[in-house]
Amino acid sequence: MHLDGNAVAGALADAFGRDVTSAEASCGSCGARQAVASASAYVSAMGWVLRCVHCDAVLAVLIETEGHVRMSMAGVSSLDMPVAGGGA
Amino acid sequence: MTRRPTGWHAAKVTALHPETASARRIELEVPTWPGNDPGAHLDIRLTAPDGYQASRSYSIASSGEGTRVVLAVDEVPNGEVSPFLVEDLLVDDMLEVHGPLGSYFIWSPDSEERPVQLIAGGSGVVPLFAMAEAHALAGDASGFRMLYSVRTPADRFFASDLEGFAAHGSLQLDYVYTRQTPAGWAVPPGRITREVLEAAAWPAEVRPIVYVCGPTPFVETVAGWLTELGHDPRAVLTERFGGG
Amino acid sequence: MSFITRGFTGRGRERDPRLPPGQTLVEDWPVLSAGPTPDIDTADWEFVVVTENGRHTWTWDEMQALGVEDVTVDIHCVTHWSKLEMPWRGVPLDKVFENVETTHDYVMAHSYGGYTTNVPLDELLDGQAWIAIEADGEPLSPEHGGPARLLVPHLYFWKSAKWIRGLVTMPSDDPGFWEQNGYHLHGDPWQEERYW
Repeated sequence: MHLDGNAVAGALADAFGRDVTSAEASCGSCGARQAVASASAYVSAMGWVLRCVHCDAVLAVLIETEGHVRMSMAGVSSLDMPVAGGGA
Repeated sequence: MTRRPTGWHAAKVTALHPETASARRIELEVPTWPGNDPGAHLDIRLTAPDGYQASRSYSIASSGEGTRVVLAVDEVPNGEVSPFLVEDLLVDDMLEVHGPLGSYFIWSPDSEERPVQLIAGGSGVVPLFAMAEAHALAGDASGFRMLYSVRTPADRFFASDLEGFAAHGSLQLDYVYTRQTPAGWAVPPGRITREVLEAAAWPAEVRPIVYVCGPTPFVETVAGWLTELGHDPRAVLTERFGGG
Repeated sequence: MSFITRGFTGRGRERDPRLPPGQTLVEDWPVLSAGPTPDIDTADWEFVVVTENGRHTWTWDEMQALGVEDVTVDIHCVTHWSKLEMPWRGVPLDKVFENVETTHDYVMAHSYGGYTTNVPLDELLDGQAWIAIEADGEPLSPEHGGPARLLVPHLYFWKSAKWIRGLVTMPSDDPGFWEQNGYHLHGDPWQEERYW
């Protein structure tokens, strides 16, 4: 049973230092673009696995250990996010 | 939408009220809170004396610039965090919260003037309530509708507030009762259907923004029907929640 | 910033000498998933062992014919829960490897759905591991890895790959899915080999 990228917002914010749920991730496997919030999230006590909502390929894996957040984004070919104070 | 820093905060429990038989409204005072947009959520982290930690995400029922943060937490049977919050938490207790989180599943009064359709399954109503309340307080002109699927009348969250918004005309409110209806209700209890959705929701032609929040099967079913009914998938924003 | 939450202890965290360090006894059986649950019909199920010398395959019936045995084992999940004296049924990997020749020392387990995990070959033999088809007296449900999962109870339970499809021998201990992402290459619960 999966959730969505909203469920991993906290850990991603710890890793990036900002909220990235509205960032657009491109799937390295099928190329589809999707908001991080709308990717499929498999959340368990082992870690978080974000998968492409279109092809189920693994986009990112996030593990929290004592004092560390380890993140692999090997399945994301690009991440597009607005910057503070940026143009419209 | 306002860009707000996300961080860890110490929150003090200022008030606790029963929301339903299994859920509790929790009011927090968070002195360092940067405010939050309607629809945002936060993580709560609990720490045991031996260092063991457990954290879960909860949608925020309040919004705006203040430091008062309101949650409504439904107890998940055999969960670890929600039973503590619903049964054991006391006024004046301190909690660690991480937020505000979420810049996607957000509605703001100053966003473009499009009709808004809110679709809630169970306790998924919490972030949608925040949007409906912000809309009512702002006197915003966009037309708001809410379709709320809930087990029984006694399981409704924010029932009197929502009725108030409906009475003042800021919200068109429709319920689907899945287990038990109020006396004299026109339709027997049952799950939401495509026909009910089509009848109660803004039609695709008026280009609404649709927010759907609930358990994963509910969200996927409703989002699938919305696409079939001609809604632009990019204008259907979803948030799924899980237990704990 | 971190402080103790008044009144919070965590759910049911009592001690038992059969529990490895940092583990908590559970009575239920939590489900952890890193991806969609595949739907596999035993009529289509196939198990394959690939070595430097070639492929060996078994259908569902051929696997059963190798000999199913009953075992009672303790299982330990790296997420701090353990289940004790759990009854299982499965085919010991000793039977599977009876006619398999390899000089490789390691194995990558592959699952339907793409999951992988690495295990030293000698830790799959001598009665230490099974292709499990039943647990608690019932056929394995899809959520728990049915129709068949690897069962390596002396290692953390992520090594007991759900929806097992095959084993590929390898000369070096290459990391599987969780191992690539921060979990320990070996995963002995008594040594608390949780992370790198």
